[in-house]
Amino acid sequence: MSSYLLRRAATTVPLLLAIVVISFLFMRMAPGGPFDLDQELDPVVRANLEAHYGLDQPLLTQLGLYLRGLLAGDLGPSFKYTGYGVREILAQAAPVSFVLGATALFIALLLGIPLGTLAALHHNQRGDRLASAVALVGICVPNFVLGPLLVLVFVFQFGWLPVGGWGSPAQVILPAFTLGAIRAAYVARLTRTGMLDVLGQDFVRTARAKGLRERSVVLRHVLRIGLLPVLQYLGPASASILVGSVVVERIFSVPGLGSFFINAALNRDYTLAMGSVLIYSMLLIALNLLVDLLSRVLDPRVKLQ
Amino acid sequence: MNVRSTLSTLLLGAALLLPGLSGCLGNETAADFRFLNLEPETLDPGLVGGQAGGRIIANLFEGLCVRDAQLVPQPGIARSWQVSADGLTWTFHLRESSWSDGTPLTSEDFRWSWLRLLDPMTASKSAQLLHGVRGAEEFNAGRHDDTSRVGIRAPDASTLVVELAHPVPWFADLCATPPLSPVPRQRIEAAGNRWTRPGEIVSNGPFCLVDRRLNQGLYLQRNERYWNVDAIALASAAAITGDFANANFNRYESGLLDWVDSGGVPPALVDHLRERDDWHATPFLATYFLRCNVDRPPLDDARVRQALQASIDGAAIVQYVTRSGQVAAHSLVPPQLPGYEEIQLSGHEPERARRLLAEAGYPGGKGLPAITLLISTSQWHRQIAEVLQQQWRDTLDIEVRIQNQEWKVFTSTVRQGDYDLARGSWIADYADAGNFLEIWSTASPNNRTGFSDVAVDSLINASAREIDPARRALLLQEIERRVVQEQAVILPVYYFAITNLYDDSRWEGLEPDPLNQLDLRRVRPRHPEAMR
Repeated sequence: MSSYLLRRAATTVPLLLAIVVISFLFMRMAPGGPFDLDQELDPVVRANLEAHYGLDQPLLTQLGLYLRGLLAGDLGPSFKYTGYGVREILAQAAPVSFVLGATALFIALLLGIPLGTLAALHHNQRGDRLASAVALVGICVPNFVLGPLLVLVFVFQFGWLPVGGWGSPAQVILPAFTLGAIRAAYVARLTRTGMLDVLGQDFVRTARAKGLRERSVVLRHVLRIGLLPVLQYLGPASASILVGSVVVERIFSVPGLGSFFINAALNRDYTLAMGSVLIYSMLLIALNLLVDLLSRVLDPRVKLQ
Repeated sequence: MNVRSTLSTLLLGAALLLPGLSGCLGNETAADFRFLNLEPETLDPGLVGGQAGGRIIANLFEGLCVRDAQLVPQPGIARSWQVSADGLTWTFHLRESSWSDGTPLTSEDFRWSWLRLLDPMTASKSAQLLHGVRGAEEFNAGRHDDTSRVGIRAPDASTLVVELAHPVPWFADLCATPPLSPVPRQRIEAAGNRWTRPGEIVSNGPFCLVDRRLNQGLYLQRNERYWNVDAIALASAAAITGDFANANFNRYESGLLDWVDSGGVPPALVDHLRERDDWHATPFLATYFLRCNVDRPPLDDARVRQALQASIDGAAIVQYVTRSGQVAAHSLVPPQLPGYEEIQLSGHEPERARRLLAEAGYPGGKGLPAITLLISTSQWHRQIAEVLQQQWRDTLDIEVRIQNQEWKVFTSTVRQGDYDLARGSWIADYADAGNFLEIWSTASPNNRTGFSDVAVDSLINASAREIDPARRALLLQEIERRVVQEQAVILPVYYFAITNLYDDSRWEGLEPDPLNQLDLRRVRPRHPEAMR
């Protein structure tokens, strides 16, 4: 296990470096710059601003300076939010996205696993069809439809929940549910498929033949292996929840990473966009590693290579 | 690992998230008055360029003058001022006042702040506001670094003398703009570019900044050291930031916001909202227009540009597309500026348009090289462009292609002059027609049309030096006539409207001025006993 971890860590560094260099170059190849504004800047002002942010240097020098800053843990100043460093902006937004994403994931698992289990245990019966239909609806209804619909019902119809913003636990519920619902549907389908695969296997028959109660067979043997596809899905799902939350962030005015990332790219806030790419990449790599390790814990037959 | 332990791990994880959540708490619900604002790029008056920052700065700081609801400059930190007979020397007498940390505010603060604004290393977007001051433009351009050659003097703590290179009759207007507010030297020297952060910032206006969370909001508290603090009714205010109209409107509807501007009005709901009592639409000092690139055929021919102009039916656009109180434009300068009579374009004249195009050598549009209208990504611009496209098709039988570019690409393309027609708009910095017209000089970086006319340049110079308001108005009108009517360098479409939502049975002082600044000095609840 430890040599596996070492090998993974060794591949992570060049991978991150490649991501940084490629994103840096792509970002600069995009037309328009941070100082292309509605009101045109005086050429002297523009030159001073470009000099201040080092944009007057050759591109490779800029890349070198950026990488040197990265090594020292310095992500640079934001171009758009004067006086704010990228690191502190990300440090402010990341916990918001983390809380939202984790709650969404929690909702996805809480709804998806029982629904999928129910469907698998009632394979081709009414319960299965009902659960599959619910999951299908969950997959088909996009965020931007579900979000406003929930607002209409729970905010304006019943007045149970706040409309948006960020700060209280009540403000997390609607955005997290909106974000989690689609994933819940996927989790349900994956759980169902995974369990159906396992239910037909020999060791399940053996367990039943030995006279184990059905409840024990399902919870202890079937679900454990049947959840492997769900676990594999959780890595990319977590990343997509974090990256893909921008629509939900907008609908519910949540100050998370997604909005900062999109705005940074649109505003050519080079440093903030780079910082966001970096944090997403690290998250994705870390989550994938975590999923691989967890798979091994759930099913000892899984080989870490 | 069994299912029960998995579930309990998940529940434990969820419980652990709650403290993380409370770390992100804002106190938006606690403020007396909550209004919508875009996220300000900066709160530094010396660096500010847009309305989002200007609105906050105008409530945190106070310049020599302040604007009233009609944008007329009134005494602010200056209790009075005199102008010499030649209009070149302005002497401001400052009242006794202090910064929010108790440090006395003196004329030297203004001198230092204005020199900082002009310092080329500050790279201010608004330094040109002071270019009328003797020696200022040269200092700002880096042609000399001798601050004693810049005509700003502080002979004593309560007197500021400004010497101008040429008369600037609207100088008091400039003194009321956010960039000319004083900034606290002691804080800037101590904290560097972090000085506008909560905890660091010191201001001299009616409010202090106590909290700021990016993409969430800013929380302001009454500055008890403000010279006129007794006139300020609000003890606190929150600027809630958000750029998605539907979400902002939802927050207004659920009572989380007391005031929203057009950023809280979803276009799809305009027809419904217009009928409500809390809908307030008034004229805005801004114009929507199209730029013509006069260096490119066929738009290098003034007759082609005039033909396009005469084909535009702005009334149809404001009636069917924008629908929120905008008015079809007959000029570039909006109508409500006191002391200035804008030009009157003849408007939608299909016959004349066809005749002009034929005179230019393209009868019935035949042989006309392809024209592209460049817009930035927005459903709003797209709809307007499509109506214009249809109007040109119907009137001139020509096909104008629409090209859509993302915002930063669009501004870069227009700056490089790589377009035929491009959408544009201009919002006044202060209530003066010159503000809309001086940008068409050859040297102005905002011109971006390739238009260059020696006669117009000299008219712009003359108008900047003319001290008599009536004569100056005539000069400005002549500039507008030549640029917009005779040369048709720009094609006006409509004048913008302010569309605010607020309940005036609960609040007074919210009637918008023509720049929609939202001056919290004037805002007070009608029923203070019912305040939160």
